[in-house]
Amino acid sequence: MIRTPLRPLARILSARARGENPDSIERENIRLRQEKTRDRARARAEGRLLLLGIAFAMAFTVIGGRMGLLAATEPSEPRSANSGAQILTGRADLTDRNGRILATNLLTHSLYAQPKDMVDPTRVATELARLFPDMDAKLLLARFTDGRSFVWVRKTLSPEQMQAVHDIGDPGLLFGPREMRLYPNGRLAAHVLGGASFGAEGVHSAEVIGTAGIEKYLDTQLRDPALEGKPVALSLDMTVQATTQEVLAAGMKMMNAKGATAILMDVHTGEILSLVSLPDFDPNDRPQALLKGDPADSPLFNRAVQGVYELGSTFKIFAAAQTVDLGLLEPSSMVDADAPMVWGKHKIKEFENHNYGPLLSVRDVIVKSSNVGVANIALQIGAVRQQAFLKSLGFFGPTPVELVEAAGAKPLIPKRWAEIVTITTSYGHGMSASPMHLAAAYAAIANGGTAVKPTLLRVEKPQNAPAVMSPETSLAAIDMLRGVVTEGTASLGDVEGYQVAGKTGTADKPKATGGYYHDKVINTFASLFPASDPHYVLIVTLDEPVETTGPIPRRTAGWTAVPVAAEIIRRVAPLLGLRPVIEPAATDAVTLVHN
Amino acid sequence: MRPILYALSFLAVIGLAFWAYRENYATQKSLRQVEALQTEIGTLREALAVQRAEWAYLNRPDRLRELSTINFDRLGLFPLEPTQFGQIDQVSYPVPPAMFPQDSLDGILTIDLSGTLADPDAPTDDSAKANEIVDSHEKQVP
Repeated sequence: MIRTPLRPLARILSARARGENPDSIERENIRLRQEKTRDRARARAEGRLLLLGIAFAMAFTVIGGRMGLLAATEPSEPRSANSGAQILTGRADLTDRNGRILATNLLTHSLYAQPKDMVDPTRVATELARLFPDMDAKLLLARFTDGRSFVWVRKTLSPEQMQAVHDIGDPGLLFGPREMRLYPNGRLAAHVLGGASFGAEGVHSAEVIGTAGIEKYLDTQLRDPALEGKPVALSLDMTVQATTQEVLAAGMKMMNAKGATAILMDVHTGEILSLVSLPDFDPNDRPQALLKGDPADSPLFNRAVQGVYELGSTFKIFAAAQTVDLGLLEPSSMVDADAPMVWGKHKIKEFENHNYGPLLSVRDVIVKSSNVGVANIALQIGAVRQQAFLKSLGFFGPTPVELVEAAGAKPLIPKRWAEIVTITTSYGHGMSASPMHLAAAYAAIANGGTAVKPTLLRVEKPQNAPAVMSPETSLAAIDMLRGVVTEGTASLGDVEGYQVAGKTGTADKPKATGGYYHDKVINTFASLFPASDPHYVLIVTLDEPVETTGPIPRRTAGWTAVPVAAEIIRRVAPLLGLRPVIEPAATDAVTLVHN
Repeated sequence: MRPILYALSFLAVIGLAFWAYRENYATQKSLRQVEALQTEIGTLREALAVQRAEWAYLNRPDRLRELSTINFDRLGLFPLEPTQFGQIDQVSYPVPPAMFPQDSLDGILTIDLSGTLADPDAPTDDSAKANEIVDSHEKQVP
């Protein structure tokens, strides 16, 4: 840069010649130089400010633009992210407690027709009728030619059928994918699973909805996409279920029964390991419900849950347990059992007009199944306390088990609880309940007095429920029930090594017209095992059984339900991992010594 | 100096542009591959569901029961019975390998189960106890 001198000699000399002050020239130059410096600095600052402004503007634009973009765009899955389960499995599988499949989905195809595209409707109709015998060629042809543009032909096709339809080769026949519910085990646990069918149908997919049983009860959960098709584990054990079904079916046949049901339940968790109701059906091909007549005659009828019966003497243990729990009587206390007992216009008799009296201990009332004895115990307890106790055991409402049918099966309870009702209820007549109610109540006795809610879902922990009786009462009641098997009415129920304890119940079936049949009974055996440390409760109920090996037909539970239950326990207990044990001798028992 | 910087930055821009172009196409290719893989996974899942259903169908208890009945002469399968439970002391100990050459010590000493040296003639406490255990089993398991 060329630097201008502050005192240029030429201008100084000429100024001096003119007589002016040369210092003013110097000041003028200094001023000019300062102004120039100032201008330069200002320009630089302005430039910097501009640059900064641009930078800020750009930064804000970028941030603002990004925010706007994020706010305005539709949220979408990142394409490259690894997605988990597909939407493919629309409905979650049902498995047993060990993960073996009870219900799953299978991809099949549905067949529909677009008659407008059809080349030769007559041939298509005849070919289809040949392939599917249940279809009528004339009807099909009528539907193909009446001018509609869309006809459903079949909801599901097997791969072979699909190939055969392909071979017809008509462009008017089209396939749509279909998820089909499949129960690979056929009739196994049919009443628990219920069944499924199609809901809203489209060409490309159809909704699978549960129609009964746990499929309907858990419908929302099974269809929840948030579960990503994770299977739902039920409490059932497939092996145990299959064995129980096999034995019960054989027992039902041998005892000439019309129907049968068995419930095996864990007494601590309330898990139902096996629930069988016979006759049963195939949930893959669920039969139509009966439109008239008794619904109990349909194989769809779940006797375990819907079968509300008078359960007979199995109820006696509740009165005995309650009187011990209230401290009114000891198991060894004597009660009046002089039969027949007359109460108003009613006469209470024993089985086959026996008389076990005049006095019986509470334990023997149960062991010998004395109606009169238990009636006197119940009268001592009173109606209010009796009702409260039965309510705490769950007898006054439907069972909370996860089946749609359960909510509809309420126990039948007399409206007025007169003293005669107190008496009849104590031996299981007058009020009706389902075998599931009985299982829950016996589980409460077996597990030390804690109320149990039966469940069909797998749970890990024992239920945290209120106590309905003291552990001592529970022990006393189990001892009485054990006595029924070792010395009482259920002697055929003893399974070596498993210390079965239980109570038989025989109830005459009520006529639809009022009164009772004398040759039609419901036989129940409610049992728990092993008595020294009860793990499981087994309820076996036979509908109209009769045992005909003897000279006269026998219809008591001790001859029908008990041997069936014993065989179930003998077969099932090893499968449950229960090791047979020698019954521990009572510590205070007197030993008979011979010299 | 400056022209070199210009040239270098220009080359850098070209290089980066080329890199971005390649990355763009590589990404698109990967995405297509992922989509293809996911379709394949879907198909495989479907096939797996069918296999599972088939497995469950072929292993249904009814069929297994029938098969074990048909093949009874070869398999001899019975239902599980309570008598099939054993106890740990019913299982005999494996015979320990001989610690000494048998012939040189024959008649002098034998090695009993616990590994100690003992007189062969005198019955030991252990063997008496073992007999007791076996007896008690025979009583327990009919």
